[in-house]
Amino acid sequence: MEFGLSSDQQMLKDSIDRYLADHAGLTKARGFATSSSSRDDGLRRALAELGVCGLIIDEAHGGVGLRLLDAALVAESLGHYIAPAPFVANSVMAPLALMRAGSDAQKQNWLPRIAAGEVVVGAAVAESAAGAREGAGLRVQGQSITGKALFALDAPADAYLIAGANGTLYLVAAKAKGLAARPLSTIDKTRPVMELTFHGTPVEALPGSIGTDMLDRVLDAGRVMLAADTLGAASNMLDQAVAYANEREQFGRKIGSFQAVKHLCAEMAAALEPCRSMVWYAGFALDALPEEAHLSACHTKAHLAEVGKFVAKTATEVHGGMGFTDLLGLHYWFKRIGFNRQMLGSPERLREAAARAQSLIA
Amino acid sequence: MDLSYGPEYQALRTEVRAFIDKHKDQAPRAGLRDTQTLAWQRLLIESGYAARTIPKEYGGYGANPDILESRIIAEEFASARVSSGLGGQGISMLVPTLLELGTEAQKKYFIPPTLRGEMVWCQGYSEPGAGSDLASLRTKAELDGDEWVVNGQKIWTSTAQFADWIFCLVRTEPNAPKHQGISFLLFSMKTPGIEVRPLVTMTGDATFNEVFFTDVRVPKHQIVGKRGEGWFVANSILRHERGSLGDPNATLSRYNALVELMKKETVDGCRLIDDPLLRDRLMRIQGRVMAMRANDLRLLSSKLNNTQAPLASMIVKLEGTELRHDLEGLAIDVLGELGVLYGDTPYLKDGGSWQYQYMFFLGLIIGGGTSQIQKNIISERGLGMPKEPKIASAKGG
Repeated sequence: MEFGLSSDQQMLKDSIDRYLADHAGLTKARGFATSSSSRDDGLRRALAELGVCGLIIDEAHGGVGLRLLDAALVAESLGHYIAPAPFVANSVMAPLALMRAGSDAQKQNWLPRIAAGEVVVGAAVAESAAGAREGAGLRVQGQSITGKALFALDAPADAYLIAGANGTLYLVAAKAKGLAARPLSTIDKTRPVMELTFHGTPVEALPGSIGTDMLDRVLDAGRVMLAADTLGAASNMLDQAVAYANEREQFGRKIGSFQAVKHLCAEMAAALEPCRSMVWYAGFALDALPEEAHLSACHTKAHLAEVGKFVAKTATEVHGGMGFTDLLGLHYWFKRIGFNRQMLGSPERLREAAARAQSLIA
Repeated sequence: MDLSYGPEYQALRTEVRAFIDKHKDQAPRAGLRDTQTLAWQRLLIESGYAARTIPKEYGGYGANPDILESRIIAEEFASARVSSGLGGQGISMLVPTLLELGTEAQKKYFIPPTLRGEMVWCQGYSEPGAGSDLASLRTKAELDGDEWVVNGQKIWTSTAQFADWIFCLVRTEPNAPKHQGISFLLFSMKTPGIEVRPLVTMTGDATFNEVFFTDVRVPKHQIVGKRGEGWFVANSILRHERGSLGDPNATLSRYNALVELMKKETVDGCRLIDDPLLRDRLMRIQGRVMAMRANDLRLLSSKLNNTQAPLASMIVKLEGTELRHDLEGLAIDVLGELGVLYGDTPYLKDGGSWQYQYMFFLGLIIGGGTSQIQKNIISERGLGMPKEPKIASAKGG
């Protein structure tokens, strides 16, 4: 019985944290948000060298061959340092789909290049994960596809993972005929998203996804990564709130000595600390507990969305007026958490999925 | 990550199951000291399922401490819904404290009958003027020859009306700083000068009592630790108590009962579980239960591997009791008007346990260190935030 991180996992997390502490964080996020570029290739290549892009890709295809729990630890670090880098689609959802459902040719074509950081693969599966809005949805006719998909993650990318209404997964190159992409501006400037429109665009199915639950498994993996990202971002906000309250003085004393302030911090810690174990459990379930993985992913994403929202608001309040300013930059974490909450299923939707998974819906 | 207990533990699980199957008809349903309860307790100790790790010379079973063995035994009795033996403040709090800090004579005299359920204890701790600020307690004990003479009042004393003995905090050094002037005494509740008055709570039960001491004479040697060290002894007990409040496995079993209730009960002919609003609230609770269970796994693992997870442990009382109170409250809400039924009445569901537990857990949110005190502990000890500055005494000393 061991419920915790192995020394290898701790080393992985420490090494990613060390790199991100120097090369990500507020200055980096702010620079990326205000630049005209929608990609930070320098950061991405550096992360590729650290193994982040090929983290779960098997060694035969140039990856590191780690598991989804390991990926969740990296996601937590990326959220902690609000890193403007592709991850959830490029490092997890697309490689997972390719490895489990891709043909040999598809694997050979994409996996080594993803692992090396030569290409980015996004995922435009919002409609499958959270329902279709604004007339979005894809119609598949033979080998071509028409329609639109909103909120493509890790965009702009060189290719996208998309899903047909029947759950079949496809990979489509960004340059494919009839595919147009336009950016959607969101609160979160660290992770751009795009809308994709398809007009008779040729697509290639991942053969192993036809008639299987592969789409759900890919979505669940993405959900756990977003939950882990929120865990990291919220932990950082709590750290910042505590540090600020221990330094800022009013009425002749540190504001952290007022119970009105310190109790807010205690409430954040009390809500957040079990989330760490919950994310570990969900990551481990994806790897090793198939019968629990879906339920655990839905609940973990939903619960982290609720706790994340509470921490984002409360940590901002502890900072007083400064928390509201761009100068302090706390809002980058606030917005990252807000973004994660809606992507790949809002908490209400995921709790409904959890109920369905337990046959609690007639 | 490895959530299996390992093959060496499977044999124990099988053995516990066989024991429960064979003997469950002898298990008591409730009660503190009827003959069936005492016989069951004796059987459990002999079989190694109660007092398992207490040394044989003090009346226990004498097994080496093994967290997973204890866990497996607890899991099996819980899932079979069979009594796992007596609890209470004597067994869960005083015995561990005596093992740690008692004299050899105290261990030999007090622990065996306590384990067998023949010596029932109550805890003399809080006072009307010393609740969250327990260290300001004023019940005093003065040495007169070979006896302490105790005068004062305690409150919130559970089971005082049945108890044979009390472990009690008293002020013995009135001139010392408040934390250093307290001693920890043990004395019989039959000692002349003790009056017990029941204190009826919002649940309708006399869960607690007030206890009054007038010139109660206690032999000098019935002290645990030295004079003035009672606060240290008391804190060693509090560590044992806090860990047991808000147990996520008990919460899970109540959650399962709530799901059954919502599947069974209907409104306008529709099952409650089919109402999307109620179902969403249920799922929110389930998410919180899952988070606390994962936290509990982490704590179990850190105990096994001697690693530290202080914050994960500090938040259990606060989060666990609040969660349980919310869970019981949801059951009342899903029952609507039926939720307010209480006592002997038609249409009562599950014996009125939802209302009872809802109220009882409000008591636990307050007792054992209020949620506000927990937040002080979490912020000051867990997060390293500054203490409230001391206010100079208005009375001027």
